[in-house]
Amino acid sequence: MSFLDLKNVTKIYPNGTKAVHETSLSVDEGEFMVFVGPSGCGKSTLLRMVAGLEEITEGDINLDGQLINEVDPSERDVAMVFQNYALYPHMNVYNNLAYGLKNRGIDKETIEQKVNDAAKLLQISDFLQRKPSMLSGGQRQRVAMGRAIVRNPKIFLFDEPLSNLDAKLRIQMRLEIKKLQQKVGVTSIFVTHDQVEAMTLADRLAVINNGIIEQLGTPIEIYNNPESLFVAGFIGSPQMNFLDANLNNKTLSAENFEIKNIDSDYNGEVTLGIRPEHLIESENGLINLKVELVEQLGSDNLVYGQIKNIKDFCYRSPGNQTIKKGNTLSLNIEENKYYIFDKSTGKRVN
Amino acid sequence: MTRLITSGFSHFILFIGILIMIVPVWMIFASSTHTGLTINTHGLQMFLGDSFYENYMRVLLYKGGFFKEITALKMFLNSFIMATGVAILSVITSLMAAYALVYYRTKYATLLFWIIFVTILVPLELRIFPTYSVMAELNLVNSYFGLIVPISASAIATLFFRQFYKTVPDELLESAKLDGANTWRFFIDFLVPLSKTMIVAMLIFMFVFGYNQYLWPLLVTSSEQYWTVVMGLKMMSGSIVHRFAFVMMSMVPPILIIIVLQKHFIKGVFQDK
Repeated sequence: MSFLDLKNVTKIYPNGTKAVHETSLSVDEGEFMVFVGPSGCGKSTLLRMVAGLEEITEGDINLDGQLINEVDPSERDVAMVFQNYALYPHMNVYNNLAYGLKNRGIDKETIEQKVNDAAKLLQISDFLQRKPSMLSGGQRQRVAMGRAIVRNPKIFLFDEPLSNLDAKLRIQMRLEIKKLQQKVGVTSIFVTHDQVEAMTLADRLAVINNGIIEQLGTPIEIYNNPESLFVAGFIGSPQMNFLDANLNNKTLSAENFEIKNIDSDYNGEVTLGIRPEHLIESENGLINLKVELVEQLGSDNLVYGQIKNIKDFCYRSPGNQTIKKGNTLSLNIEENKYYIFDKSTGKRVN
Repeated sequence: MTRLITSGFSHFILFIGILIMIVPVWMIFASSTHTGLTINTHGLQMFLGDSFYENYMRVLLYKGGFFKEITALKMFLNSFIMATGVAILSVITSLMAAYALVYYRTKYATLLFWIIFVTILVPLELRIFPTYSVMAELNLVNSYFGLIVPISASAIATLFFRQFYKTVPDELLESAKLDGANTWRFFIDFLVPLSKTMIVAMLIFMFVFGYNQYLWPLLVTSSEQYWTVVMGLKMMSGSIVHRFAFVMMSMVPPILIIIVLQKHFIKGVFQDK
């Protein structure tokens, strides 16, 4: 049995909404697991069930070999960082960090030492005496992390902790969280709707949609081998291009091009997915893209255009190229870098 | 120019308002420093006389009442005990009631709250006989307990605390839970300190409420030893100047409380989130 085990966990709210469907998942000790999905997909609910803040309708959750379904949150030895940090407004930073320790009946000197250690680790030693209202967003974030670290819990739970920060700080804190987790080595679950955050932080990633884990794997596995249309569309930025196509006898025919010798026995209507970064310019390419808009990012360009009736098709070109609006580009797909999904079920077929 | 006129006009209105409020009080005070003879012959006085010490000391120490058992000093003490008791007790009960109403997810919490709230519409006078008979059965007539407890549950304070608790974000409770705080600890470590200003405001409200009680103390005390200031105002006999002096002194405790706690009071009542 692994460190954290979810077995057929289901959450049905009193009003009948089914937030999580029979989800099973294992997290190993020291692993950084990320739950990613659109808002309302049930990822936070799943996290809160681990914390004990939501009741489990069906199924079992085991933490460190102990069934914790009925264990009170205060007894679970988990720490959580909330989206709005939930710092204690009437206590200074020191007491914010010390509060959980005090409740566990730890003696004063040990508390002081632990708080000081955590503060040093997070570089918040200088404002231990300040109230949360006197801190900036990044500092509050650190205090929230400190409150989690100081207790040395079995598991860290992060509920979209970076979404209240500005873009620059978010990237910085993202890095720090990852570094910190590696340093402290605590098993962590991180919930986010931001796929870049998910990709960069995760040891393993669970892509959740409508209360179901659509795919579970390392970020690169999921990026390279999305198992469903949803995962393919959700992971990757800019988003994967999707085209309607037909697959018959290993030949794929799209609007105005064909791909032969496809490794699939499926016949019927399909959706073809191509990532913008898997296209290359070449003479007599498969796809002719009429350029409508170019976003220059410096390192590369995002070229949006039209292929016959398909709009907003995206191609990522190297940054040193100048591409003008109105040009037509001839593009090829990198070898085997396309994904074919059953149009009706969304499941991958190649 | 027009601004000067409107500002001058509003100041004039304010000034009139102040005069209307202050002058009668001042007249009573000024008159209370004269001898009874002066008032009886020359009417109310606008300027201070020289019997201040004499009049006030006599009022404080004179044994009044039907059996000549009670002094004004004792009445002040009684009123102080009663008002403080009512204030502290009703703040504690309201804090706890509001906590239960907001944080215990009972099915009928809202209904329960409205039932409590409706009691605002039922004046004390309406339930005064049943309450009295309960107190009499329990043998609590003529005691501080009997004076204080029956009026120490406040629906208004419960309303204030409930509304305040509702603005406290859920994450705070959840975070505290994960930090090992049980129900009681969350109340003591979080809600009470967070509602500090509100508590001060309610203490003042309830102190004044308790201090101003007339009918209930009148009913529940037959011994003069338990007379309160407000009862004394009615019962006091003697010269007009002594009554004036007593009236003046009766205003002091509530004013003192408000002055001392004013800062918190204003913050508490007009606190936004």
